[in-house]
Amino acid sequence: MRIEKHPILNFEKERKKIHFTFNGHPAFGFEGDTIASALHALGVKKLSHSIELKRPRGFYCAIGNCSSCQMTVDGVPNVKTCITELKAGMEVKVQTNKGELYDK
Amino acid sequence: MISKDLVIIGGGPAGLCAARMAAEAGQSAILIDRNAKLGGQLIKQTHMFFGSEKQYAKTRGIDIAKKLLDDVGSYPELIEVWEDATVVGLYPDKVITVLKQEKYLKIQAKAIIVATGASEKVLAFENNDLPGIYGAGAVQTLMNVYGVKPGNKIIMVGSGNIGLIVSYQLMQAGVEVVSLVEASPNIGGYKVHAAKLRRYGVEINTSCTIKKAIGKEAVEKVVTIKLDENWNEIPGTEKTYEVDAICIAVGLTPLTSLLSMIGCEMKYISELGGLVPVTNKYHETSIDNIYVCGDSSGIEEASSAIVEGYLTGLIASSKLGKKHPKFAELVDDFQSQLENLRNGPFGAKIRQGLKKLGGSVDA
Ligand SMILES: Cc1cc2nc3c(=O)[nH]c(=O)nc-3n(C[C@H](O)[C@H](O)[C@H](O)COP(=O)(O)OP(=O)(O)OC[C@H]3O[C@@H](n4cnc5c(N)ncnc54)[C@H](O)[C@@H]3O)c2cc1C
Ligand code: FES
Repeated sequence: MRIEKHPILNFEKERKKIHFTFNGHPAFGFEGDTIASALHALGVKKLSHSIELKRPRGFYCAIGNCSSCQMTVDGVPNVKTCITELKAGMEVKVQTNKGELYDK
Repeated sequence: MISKDLVIIGGGPAGLCAARMAAEAGQSAILIDRNAKLGGQLIKQTHMFFGSEKQYAKTRGIDIAKKLLDDVGSYPELIEVWEDATVVGLYPDKVITVLKQEKYLKIQAKAIIVATGASEKVLAFENNDLPGIYGAGAVQTLMNVYGVKPGNKIIMVGSGNIGLIVSYQLMQAGVEVVSLVEASPNIGGYKVHAAKLRRYGVEINTSCTIKKAIGKEAVEKVVTIKLDENWNEIPGTEKTYEVDAICIAVGLTPLTSLLSMIGCEMKYISELGGLVPVTNKYHETSIDNIYVCGDSSGIEEASSAIVEGYLTGLIASSKLGKKHPKFAELVDDFQSQLENLRNGPFGAKIRQGLKKLGGSVDA
């Protein structure tokens, strides 16, 4: 769901592809994407669950405010994917719990 | 712990302009923003701004951001910029805690300018937490910063300028806007924006709201309903649209949690968007050397955020002992610019809110 034509903005056609994994599956975005924008472009809208009822949650504010886009990235839980830049090789996962302490 | 006399939190137009004026006065500062890109709301705004020439009206938001960034960039020895850094705590001894690349850093400041902007309000309806429901700012960010469509068919809620402008931007990005609903009987934003949408065939439904969203993993449909003059739902007027996205543009509320945390006196003022700090006419809060400017002191516009930022930067640095060579002249100029911006019918709400806040029209 990338924008193809735009009267004002110019999105470079030849942006560098960035490969990462989503729930273990190969995925890609482009240089300049956040994790959430790359996933959205691939049609992935469900990014997390509500903690009690496990209702699906997607992103809402895109400015790091609402916490509804939090995912596990490279083993680190509760990463706000809407403001986290996509990097090559990232392992991005839908989180199933509140997140646990991790070792660095 | 890092020591810095002046710290500015938030790098939107207000924070950028505060930093620039401080630098002009010879005051150094750290400017902190949680985003990877400075510019705040401006970096996603592709439309030409309304307002007056002095504050870059008729220039696109993205280009205003570039200009303000260049201004700050011309003082590299004075302004240190921290991007991707979130301020998570503010304490009465003026210690600031910052989360930056998974590290907690502490800064001891003497003066702090809070310019954290605003967050979007949400709307209560059944299933309002489904993926595919976004705030207008998020829709703009997806489209205008990352070049990604929020969906293929969308319904817009709210007819203020933001709802109207973002609807048009959605059409520019190739998204079909199936309807724009507004709970009030009147359109909230400028008539020219509404007329433009109608010309492009978007139906605008006033006295209408969302009853519920339908979908399993994401939005698949939306049901709207008409409201009577007492804002009660009129049974039998439900209408169902197939959409894969819903955009909520029902206003903003100031982001003031840091100011509450440090113990500033706060007031709830609906005309200014919610809970705001009480300030004097120099934008200083109830705590000495803690200042606020831009949307976080009350929801207005980029134009007023710019001028408030300049003013606050001047005042804060002067109190720290760095007085701008043209201090008095500039303070007068900025105060009269603010007065002008708030003149006229569209400023009435702001004037009312500022009056409630404390009587001073420059607050
Ligand atoms: C769709 C739309 C159209 C608009 N059109 C116009 C127009 O035509 N004309 C006009 O004058 N105005 C317009 N505006 C309004 C204008 O964009 C805002 O009023 C203006 O950006 C407010 O500036 P600010 O600096 O106060 O806040 P913001 O621009 O919101 O900037 C705040 C900054 O603070 C940062 N921040 C927040 N919390 C923290 C924290 N804890 N730690 C670190 N950083 C933090 C944020 O990342 C952000 O960069 C429009 C707004 C929208 C949404
Ligand atoms: S979408 Fe709100 S925090 Fe990421």
